[in-house]
Amino acid sequence: MISHWVKRANSTHSAIGLQNYSPLTGKKTKKMRVLGIETSCDETGVALFDSDQGLLGHAVHSQTEIHAEFGGVVPELASRDHVRKVLPLLRGLFHETGIERQTIDGIAYTAGPGLVGALLVGAAVGRSLAWAWKVPAVAVHHMEGHLLAPMLESEPPAFPFVALLVSGGHTQLVHVAGIGCYQLLGESLDDAAGEAFDKTAKLLDLPYPGGPELAKLAESGNPDRYHFPRPMVDRPGLDFSFSGLKTFALNTLQDAKEREGGNLSAQTVADLSRAFEDAVVDTLLIKCRRAVRQTNSKTLVMAGGVSANRRLRRRIGEMMAKEGGAAYYPRPELCTDNGAMIAYAGCQRLLGGTDEPLSFSARPRWPMESLEAVSSETN
Amino acid sequence: MKLLAIETATEACSAALTLNGELSLRYQVKPRGHSELILGMLDELLAEAGMSLGQLDAMAFGRGPGSFTGVRIATGVVQGVAFAADLPVVPVSTLAALAQRAYRELGESRLLPAYDARMQELYWAAYQVNSSGLVELMDREAVVAVEKVPVPSGSEWYGIGSGWMSHGDQLLDYLGRDKLKGIEPAMLCSAQDIAILGENGFRQGRAVAPEQALPVYLRDNVATKKAC
Repeated sequence: MISHWVKRANSTHSAIGLQNYSPLTGKKTKKMRVLGIETSCDETGVALFDSDQGLLGHAVHSQTEIHAEFGGVVPELASRDHVRKVLPLLRGLFHETGIERQTIDGIAYTAGPGLVGALLVGAAVGRSLAWAWKVPAVAVHHMEGHLLAPMLESEPPAFPFVALLVSGGHTQLVHVAGIGCYQLLGESLDDAAGEAFDKTAKLLDLPYPGGPELAKLAESGNPDRYHFPRPMVDRPGLDFSFSGLKTFALNTLQDAKEREGGNLSAQTVADLSRAFEDAVVDTLLIKCRRAVRQTNSKTLVMAGGVSANRRLRRRIGEMMAKEGGAAYYPRPELCTDNGAMIAYAGCQRLLGGTDEPLSFSARPRWPMESLEAVSSETN
Repeated sequence: MKLLAIETATEACSAALTLNGELSLRYQVKPRGHSELILGMLDELLAEAGMSLGQLDAMAFGRGPGSFTGVRIATGVVQGVAFAADLPVVPVSTLAALAQRAYRELGESRLLPAYDARMQELYWAAYQVNSSGLVELMDREAVVAVEKVPVPSGSEWYGIGSGWMSHGDQLLDYLGRDKLKGIEPAMLCSAQDIAILGENGFRQGRAVAPEQALPVYLRDNVATKKAC
């Protein structure tokens, strides 16, 4: 179990919507300090974001150890851990940042998509805090949080852009015209890329969750020993499919086992890891290039757990440079689930005037395209 | 004393405010509607009494057993409100509160509250009413197979709660009909009794910090390890 703290007392922040004066009207814009809570899956995250000062601090508690022995996230255990961890993390956050609770102007919590029981914990605590403090609350879409996470960096991307959301639960290409203006360009028809990483790692007997471990081993793998297919790249469109890749990995692995007398050598495991990673990275890259060209975009944003993958970052960066554009991604700790992205996304919506009714709910399935746009004037 | 109580573990969603002996209640039976209702109930109760959270002495909540999600809604709400307003929290058993309700409404004093725990099991406990008119736990709360329910000594027991709905005949056969005075399977847990027991718990020093306000599920074996 890992809790980590990041404190940035004097961040320089220049993201969209954070200026003191509106470029449109010249009037002083609203300032807002928002508490964000994320509990959609197996990470409890809390954060404080200030529209003038940027990210004031955040903390994440990972449940990896709880789920490791089950080989996957157990929803009921996830919910049980969130309800134990949210308040201790919140108390720690206020303590570490020295922020007075009275200065909080709004509460943002993840309402979906995700595990319904897990989501309800953050929603219950978040909405109740807002009621008790008499401040507005906003139910945030988890993927919008990921999508906007690069806005927390010192050089944020400008709208419009194409975003690749790539995690254990999602693989989506989205055209982003502004906050809340999302058009789904393509998505995985079966496994998410991160899921394929984890499942293949499991086949290779790597410890849970195997994705990052597989990526580490791939570093020492020979790229020329095995070649895995690049699924769906010869077909038009921007959808993905990764389940076949996992099957291909299984067959290749079994062949190798037979040849090596039942046990795989460390080098073979590394070579297989490299071949798998190259196939996923290539596939993502080909579709990203297609999406960027198709929409005439010069900006690509990558977010979600898999976007922390170093080879993917490097290759996507090179590709975008060749296209005459640039790629943006959050720092690795903000690629995985966290409260900071929820506080940021929630802050933009609260600045836009959102105030939820005095109730809360979880939305385990929540299409991102159904979100309302935040108007640029209030933003 | 001034205490705000909430309860969402069964099909009923309820909230109660006590104000120096006077109690006001909001109570609605709406399965899966608790997260829509509960904060509005709290808001109304305080507004009606012209009170703010800062004037309260404590909060109380139904800490389970019951629906896992329902118990966590009450827990999440009480954690959020109590953290925000720096209030101590009294966790109250939903089995005890159901027994207290049966005493309050039916005048029965030997009580066997049972909730259907699915999987052929019950959340189960036995209570007797003491001289102060409050229920007292005999033995302990348990999640137990219907055919392994501990048989209480003596007779004149009164069965209440959903467990008597789902497994009424089985329980009567197993315990012996002569043990039972009657059953009331439709009775649900109410924040009114969470408040009554919560006030008593507060006086006895059983209030905890908001982060210690945690569910008691009774069923803790909820996942099976993968066979490697």
